[in-house]
Amino acid sequence: MTPRTRAAVLATASLNVLSRRLGRGSGTVAGGRLGLAIAPNLLEVLGSARCTAVVTGTNGKTTTTRLLAAALEVGGSPVVTNATGSNMPAGHVAALVGGPRDAAAVLEVDEGYLPAIVRSLGPRVIVLLNLSRDQLDRSNEVRMVAARWRGTLATASGTVVANADDPLVVFGAQSANSVVWVAGGMRWRSDATGCPACGGRLSFTEHSWSCACGFVRPTPDVEVDEDPDGTTTAVFADGRRLPVVLALPGSFNRRNAVLAAAAAEVLGVPAGAALSAMGHIEGVAGRFSLQTVGGVATRLLLAKNPAGWEELLFLVAPGTAPVVVAINARIADGRDPSWLWDVPFERLGGRPIVATGERSADLSVRLHYAGVEHERVPHPVEAVALASRLGSGSEEPDPVEFIGNYTAFHDLLRATAAS
Amino acid sequence: MNRPLRVVVVYPDLLGTYGDGGNGVVLARRAAWHGIPAELIEARSDAPLPSGDLYTLGGGEDGPQVQATESLADDGTLSRAVGDGAVVFAVCAGYQIVGTTFPAADGSPVPGLGLLDVATVKGGASRAVGEIVVDAHLGSVGQLTGFENHGGVTALGGGVRPLGTVRVGVGNGDHTDGAFSGRVVGTYLHGPALARNPALADLLLSWATGHDDLAPLDDHREQALRAERLKAAFTKVPSLRRRR
Repeated sequence: MTPRTRAAVLATASLNVLSRRLGRGSGTVAGGRLGLAIAPNLLEVLGSARCTAVVTGTNGKTTTTRLLAAALEVGGSPVVTNATGSNMPAGHVAALVGGPRDAAAVLEVDEGYLPAIVRSLGPRVIVLLNLSRDQLDRSNEVRMVAARWRGTLATASGTVVANADDPLVVFGAQSANSVVWVAGGMRWRSDATGCPACGGRLSFTEHSWSCACGFVRPTPDVEVDEDPDGTTTAVFADGRRLPVVLALPGSFNRRNAVLAAAAAEVLGVPAGAALSAMGHIEGVAGRFSLQTVGGVATRLLLAKNPAGWEELLFLVAPGTAPVVVAINARIADGRDPSWLWDVPFERLGGRPIVATGERSADLSVRLHYAGVEHERVPHPVEAVALASRLGSGSEEPDPVEFIGNYTAFHDLLRATAAS
Repeated sequence: MNRPLRVVVVYPDLLGTYGDGGNGVVLARRAAWHGIPAELIEARSDAPLPSGDLYTLGGGEDGPQVQATESLADDGTLSRAVGDGAVVFAVCAGYQIVGTTFPAADGSPVPGLGLLDVATVKGGASRAVGEIVVDAHLGSVGQLTGFENHGGVTALGGGVRPLGTVRVGVGNGDHTDGAFSGRVVGTYLHGPALARNPALADLLLSWATGHDDLAPLDDHREQALRAERLKAAFTKVPSLRRRR
C-alpha cells in the first residue's frame, strides 16, 4: 500500500468507528466516501489480495449475499461482507476495510454499479439473480442495465453464476467466458416480453422461453425441482440431488440459495455443505424476521417493486392471518407509486387487510379497485395493532404479515428496535 | 347497449411501464359500479387487436413504443374503431403514439397513428419528472392530478385542443398538457391517471355508453387521494426537472 491508500484505509476505519459511537448508523457509507476521496483507487487496492464474490440483481441481493457468506464461512476462515445492504462503492470500501486484508469478500452490488465493481475488484464469482423494473423514475431502463452487464462481462475473468430463467439476465451473462446456469425461477415476466437480443418477441412456455432470432433459455447446469408443498431439490449436472431446506420462507429464497450454492462450489465449498450452512439463516437485515410490534407478533416482509410483491403475495397467499401493506414514496422508494397497479393485490381478498404508510391513500384506491375490503391507518404501528384486532378470532392467531416497501419496512424495523 | 361495454387495454406487454393497465381497471370497475356491464380485455401485441368501445394506451420504453406503433398501424383496428366512434384514452408514450410523429431513441422521427394532430420531438437534456396538476378544458372534469415522467415536447396542431392548462409541472412544454379531438384524449399524466381523476374516467364512460347522466359513486377514497396529491403538488417546491 502507498502512504495515500494507508491514509485512506485509516480514515475510513476511523470514521466508521466514530459514526457508530455517535449513533449515526453503522457509518458504512460516510467512511467509504471519505476513503475514496483520499484514494480513488482504494477498491482496487483493497480487492487485490483477496478472493471476492459479488451478488447483484433487482431482488434478493441482500439475502443471497448473506446466504453465500454463510456458505463460505464453512471452512472457518473469516469472510467480509456488506451485510447492511450498502451496495455501492463507498459501502464496499467500508466493508473491506473492516476485515483482514486477505479475507474472502462477499459483496452485494447495486445493478448499475456492477461494471465498475467488476473492473475494480476482479471478482472470482459474479452471481446474477434477476432483472426487473424498480423505481423507474430514477433508474435506467432495465434493458440498458442488461446491455451494460453484457459489455462488462465479455472481458471479465471470473465465473458468472446466472439465473437461466430470466431472459434479461441471460442476455447480460452470456457474453462471459465461463457461466454456470441455474434454473433460478421467475414469476414476474412483464419486463421480459421484448427479446433483449433482437427486440422481437419472446415466447414463454411453463419452464422455458425462446425467440425466433435464436436467443433461447440456456440448458441449466443446475436444475431446481419444486414440489407443490415447497420441498425443493437442487439437481446438478453430475447427478447429485441436494435437498434445499432453509429457515427462510419462500420459493424465491430457496432458488436464490441454489445460485449461492453453485457460487460457493466455484470457490471450493461443496454445494451440499454450502446449503447446510445456509439452512440456519433466519432473518436477514430484518427481512422475514418475527418481531413484536406494539405487543403484536408480526412477520416483517420487504418488497420493493412489482416482481418482489408478486413473490411475497404468493408467499402469504395460503394463510389467513391479517396482512398490513405499507407504502411510502420517498426517494429510496421511487417518488411515483404508479407501480401499485402492476401488483396483483386482488389475491389479498378474503382476509383482514390494513393499508398504511405515507402513500396509504394511493394504496387504498388501488385496493378498492382490486375489490379488496380494507381499513386505512396511516401510522404503521397503529395499523399492526388494528390488524391484530381484526384477526383475533382464533385462540392462537398466526403472526400478522407486514409487507412494506423499502422505507416503510425500515421505519417499522426501527420502531420495533426502539420499543 | 345490449352487450357489455368492451374496455380494451392496448398491448400491456409493450405499453405498461408504470401501472398503466390501471386505467382499464378503473374504467371497467366504474362502469360496473354504474350498473353498466363491462368486459376488460388485455390485448397483447401478438394477436389482432379486438374490437372495443373504449381503448386505453399506456407508457413504454423507446423500443416497445416504436414496436407498438408499427403493430397498431399494420393491424388497423384502432384507427377504424376511432372512425366508428370508439373512445381512446392514451397516456405518456401512448399519447405520443396517437399523434402524427414522435422521436425514436436516437431522436429520428417515427410516424404515429395520426389520431390526434400533435407532433412530439425530444426535449432538452432533462426529463420532466414529478407531480403535475392540470386545469382541464373538458366538460366538468375540473382539476387533474397526476405524475409525469417523459422527455418529449409536444406541439399541438390546428385539429386539436389542449386537454388543459398546466398549473404545476411541464406537460406538453408550452404550459398546456395533452390534447383531445372528438373522442380521442391524450395526456402526459402517466400510469394509472384515471385512479386519481374519477371525473375524467366517468366522462370517458359517458362518451362510450351514451349515458350522460351517470350517478355519482362513493369516491371518498379517490377524493382523499386527490386532496393529498394536490396539496403536495402545490405546497412543496417540486423538483420537476432532473438531469439524466
